[in-house]
Amino acid sequence: MSWTIENYDRLLVALWEHIQLVGVGLAIALAIGLPLGVLSARRPGFALVVLLVSGALYTIPALAIFALLIPYLGLGFWPAIVALVAYALLIIIRNVATGLQEISPDILDAADGMGYGKWRRLFAIELPLALPVIIAGIRITVVTQVSVATVAAFINAGGLGDIIFQGITQDFGEKVVAGAVVTSALAILCDESLRRVELRLRANQAEHA
Amino acid sequence: MAQWISANPSIFIVALQNHLWLTGVALAAVLLIALPLGLLLTRHRGFANIAIAIVNILRTVPSLALLVIMLPLLGTGFLPSVVALTLYGLPALLLNTYTGLTEVDADIVEAARGQGFSDAQVMTRIEIPLALPVIFAGIRTAAVQIVSAATLAAFIGGGGLGELITAGMANFNFPQLIAGAVAVALLALAVEIAFAGIERLMTRQLRMGAS
Repeated sequence: MSWTIENYDRLLVALWEHIQLVGVGLAIALAIGLPLGVLSARRPGFALVVLLVSGALYTIPALAIFALLIPYLGLGFWPAIVALVAYALLIIIRNVATGLQEISPDILDAADGMGYGKWRRLFAIELPLALPVIIAGIRITVVTQVSVATVAAFINAGGLGDIIFQGITQDFGEKVVAGAVVTSALAILCDESLRRVELRLRANQAEHA
Repeated sequence: MAQWISANPSIFIVALQNHLWLTGVALAAVLLIALPLGLLLTRHRGFANIAIAIVNILRTVPSLALLVIMLPLLGTGFLPSVVALTLYGLPALLLNTYTGLTEVDADIVEAARGQGFSDAQVMTRIEIPLALPVIFAGIRTAAVQIVSAATLAAFIGGGGLGELITAGMANFNFPQLIAGAVAVALLALAVEIAFAGIERLMTRQLRMGAS
């Protein structure tokens, strides 16, 4: 434990870098995925194409995506972000589309009858009702991104993977384990807290229904 | 990329073989553990809740973390890689086996018992066939996860196509790096497409059997 105790500041820096990777990756993925998800819910043909492309991206191993980006984007933070966004898109688009499609047509008819416009209906009725499913998607996305961001250290993007790879190169077991345990703890913490948000939202909606 | 492979066919083939071997052994281990364990959990519901809580945590652990945690425990090479990959693929199949079996309609099971089916007959003729699509979806997820995570086995000396990527990076041999990356990407997509195809065939046959 001595390395961990003496170098907790290095672990904290790596943790902060890791959170930045996931945070920026998630924000960009949401900015792209939300509109594409809404569009997919409206047009099944478009949904098929988007889900096929993002599904293929999702299947490609993280290390391969990072390696393939090197000739085009080089090393560092932003190439890592590109890969993190590519991974997130499938789940965000799919869950936004599913969340919107699951809304009862009666509710939409009622909104139309009350004179809601297309956009007001989307923002005031549809998206809030789809929120638990969207949050469930964000939860899977964040856990995936915490995992993929670990491998991002391979292209010098920093984060907790950096501690792991340093430990492997130096043949220093404690450093490897410290990096791995903090990464896992981060993933489990994100998963559990987003699960609670999701459950609370569902409970609130059930109460109002 | 094709040039590098044709110039170094033996390195490429060894890496591919190692990758398939790692994936195959880990997937076989997942099947051997998850199927009976999932079945057992449906018979002991109290124990199932604890097991599922543990498996849900295991599912969240990043693949690289799971692999490198093996270093101090089992060292480097094939065995620690297979153990880590097995643990990585296990949750998907265990959860699907358990869910698939518990979701089988209780009325159908009752009806079968009423017709004089024994416990073993209910299990092999009713529960398992009806749960099969969900179980197979779990096998598919586990296979894709394992073939993908096996790329990272290179970091703990487990070999596989990831080694072309790490060695290519270390030696600034970009054709090798790209060859490894493209090969592993295509392999993962092929596994996904193959399992999706089998799944579609299976559900179609089940539907035909039902009608």
